[in-house]
Amino acid sequence: MTMPRSLTAADVKEGQALPPLSHAVTATTVVLGALASRDWRPMHHDKEFAIHRNGVKDIFINTPNNAAWFERYITDWTGPKGRLGRMKFKMKRPVFPGDTMVFNGRVVKTFADDAGCQWVELEVTVSVDGQVNTECQARVAIPADEHDNPWQRKANGWRP
Amino acid sequence: MTTGLPQCVQELIGKPQYKEQTEFPIEMGYVYNTCAAVQNGNPIYWDAEIAEQVVGGPIAPPTMLSVWFRPHYWSPGAAGERTALQTHFDLKRLLDLPEAIVSGNEAVFGEPVRMGDTLTTWQVIRSVSEFKQTRLGQGRFWTIDVETYNQRGEWVGTESYTCLGYHRQETSA
Repeated sequence: MTMPRSLTAADVKEGQALPPLSHAVTATTVVLGALASRDWRPMHHDKEFAIHRNGVKDIFINTPNNAAWFERYITDWTGPKGRLGRMKFKMKRPVFPGDTMVFNGRVVKTFADDAGCQWVELEVTVSVDGQVNTECQARVAIPADEHDNPWQRKANGWRP
Repeated sequence: MTTGLPQCVQELIGKPQYKEQTEFPIEMGYVYNTCAAVQNGNPIYWDAEIAEQVVGGPIAPPTMLSVWFRPHYWSPGAAGERTALQTHFDLKRLLDLPEAIVSGNEAVFGEPVRMGDTLTTWQVIRSVSEFKQTRLGQGRFWTIDVETYNQRGEWVGTESYTCLGYHRQETSA
């Protein structure tokens, strides 16, 4: 594998859009994500349970898998030196098999903290059929320049 | 103070509970499963040389933090289904709210989780809301923080879960 280039501070501007990502969700998508995250709760693999106990139409993507999708979307954009510091999301509607998830993102703010860490704040959404299902705010550190690497920051040098 | 909250629930707010260690050392198999489930091709999880160069060796994706504390579905001697985030299930029972969903999640990530690490965690109930009418039914929201440290005493992250416990809304046919 060759090392992909990582974004640096000079590549990122406030208001910049991230490239969209589209993924067709199947029951396998939901179950893969639930089992990978060791989430054995039945609403993520048992359709009858989801309908009759949760009152929804099908099994749906679970919380930690939602987070893993956001991480993948963000670090696809930053490259491997992008280091997540903080992530917050709100699931407004579940994502079901048969849905096509569309990820969109936007740079809200860029700044360097007192330790010299270069941060990018992002707003990311997952939409299905043009409706926002999940909203996410994330803070990711990127290299200040070609010589910097946020993964080398420790203790007081890392202030997410 | 929240209206109608049982005393036993009020006493749990702010109190660290369920301190526990991971049941197995952090391992790469689950990292591959997670990356495969979301088609995450980040080479720091797939290529040992790049992992060494960028992060000093193999690590887990930061968003896997909660994965390491979910118990096996079954283990010898266990009675019934074993569940993670036990404070959440305690609140469902204590508040008599049979259904629940996680409606929001916030995580802050510290030191990377490395292969072979042993992590320690505990849970703290931060708040429980008044009764609210929601699309799913009537219930309460609650927030639980989960703090995690590694075997070197380094902070590796904090996750906050906002959950809704509710009585399912009956719909007419």
